[in-house]
Amino acid sequence: MQLSNRTKKIEPKPLNFWERMYLPVIFQGLNITIKHLFKKKATIRYPEVKRELSPVFRGLHILKRDAQGRERCTACGLCALACPAEAISMLSAERTKEEKHLYREEKYAAVYEVNMLRCIFCGLCEEACPKAAIYLQKDKFAPAFFGREEVIYGKDRLVESVTNRAKVGLDQ
Amino acid sequence: MAKITFDGIQIEVADGSTILQAARQIGGSIVPPAMCYYSTLKGTGGKCRACLVKVTAGSEKDPRPMPKLVASCITPVQDGMIVENTLNEEVLSTRKSIVEFLLINHPLDCPICDQAGECDLQNFAFEHGNVKQRYEEERREFDKIDIGQYIKLHMTRCILCYRCVYTADQLTEKRVHGVMNRGDAAEISTYIANSIENDFSGNIIDVCPVGALTDKTFRFANRVWFTKPVDAHRNCDKCSGKVVLWYRGNDVLRVTARKNEYNEVIDFICNTCRFEKKETSDWTIEGPRKIERTSVISQGHYLEGTQVADFTKRVAQEQYKNIDDLPVQPPRQLSPDTAR
Repeated sequence: MQLSNRTKKIEPKPLNFWERMYLPVIFQGLNITIKHLFKKKATIRYPEVKRELSPVFRGLHILKRDAQGRERCTACGLCALACPAEAISMLSAERTKEEKHLYREEKYAAVYEVNMLRCIFCGLCEEACPKAAIYLQKDKFAPAFFGREEVIYGKDRLVESVTNRAKVGLDQ
Repeated sequence: MAKITFDGIQIEVADGSTILQAARQIGGSIVPPAMCYYSTLKGTGGKCRACLVKVTAGSEKDPRPMPKLVASCITPVQDGMIVENTLNEEVLSTRKSIVEFLLINHPLDCPICDQAGECDLQNFAFEHGNVKQRYEEERREFDKIDIGQYIKLHMTRCILCYRCVYTADQLTEKRVHGVMNRGDAAEISTYIANSIENDFSGNIIDVCPVGALTDKTFRFANRVWFTKPVDAHRNCDKCSGKVVLWYRGNDVLRVTARKNEYNEVIDFICNTCRFEKKETSDWTIEGPRKIERTSVISQGHYLEGTQVADFTKRVAQEQYKNIDDLPVQPPRQLSPDTAR
């Protein structure tokens, strides 16, 4: 079968004496192999040794708290608006007087979900956030998952813990 | 009829109409922005100074320029008048200052505000304002007030455009709210915390150019740009019943009156339609509302005729540099063979 008229027929040249012996090419190949024995290894022993991540690496999302431990997110929806993959969704609620120590603004995100299957880790949400609330961590990957119900990250997994503060963005 | 020239465009308008009305007859990007003027309400205008224009020739008989910039929404046209808006550097720089002035006491809490996304002040500041503010002093603050069952007043956000006062004056018989005190202390208030119980009181939410008067039934329910506007109507004995329903999924989150391209209500609607009819079964759906492509509300609706907002074009034009170190290559002729 011919796909186009531009097919070229190639006639192999007959091999000369050295080529018929095969030994020179075998030694040539062995030479390359032996050279590589003394070169620096390209691989690392992964779980024990880890590669350094780029300073602009964008990993797992985190919802930051402010210095007093209040949630910064005010559910303005700009991250969801900026998200090209439409991975973020939220529901807002009004803060009551008793909750003043929990949320910084009078409105807060009652539900905040990031679908990690959709997320492409572009970091546009981080750029859009006017309250410096959402960050993509520089040292944490989104973990692999075994079921689809684990993929949607709610506030329970996104909000920073009060005791173990994460270092992100300008903090570093 | 009076013949005027607006930004180099000649137009004939009826005597007694204002410069702003003439500009709106031309339409497009040359129309001055307006924060307080409302075409359907009498007596509005002249307060926010957003629509200032330069009159370079007063009239045919007296072609001297007007000494100061004039508010186009209250200045009547005269035959032979020449007006400059977008062509005049002075107008544009003044407008920047006006934005700065309007934002002096504005809290800039757009991430919280329910008006964000359809806010006149937001658009105005985005189009004409500076990125930075110089104001460092304390802004005035007020407590939030519930006026009536359905309306919340955030006086902090108010820019004192008086639109809601005119609405109450002209739509209803007994107005119970107004502007109290003077100057810096001026504020919109109900007389001794009187609640507004009138059937058309909800319209002051629609006419408010900022988020000072907001719908309590929609308070923090969702961002405007995540809701889907749908035109609908119902038989109402009090008003025309022509509204826009704002859907999120199958829920009607909010009902508003229909607005024209300048964000002005066409038909005022009653409180029953606005606050109490929030079921799809109450309405006859006409179809999705057309939203300008440049509006944030149209996000996520991938329609044809996508337009880039003016702002990005303007920035690109400002930053564009001619690179002339390479001779321009003539476009290569593609023969059918190489084109394959």
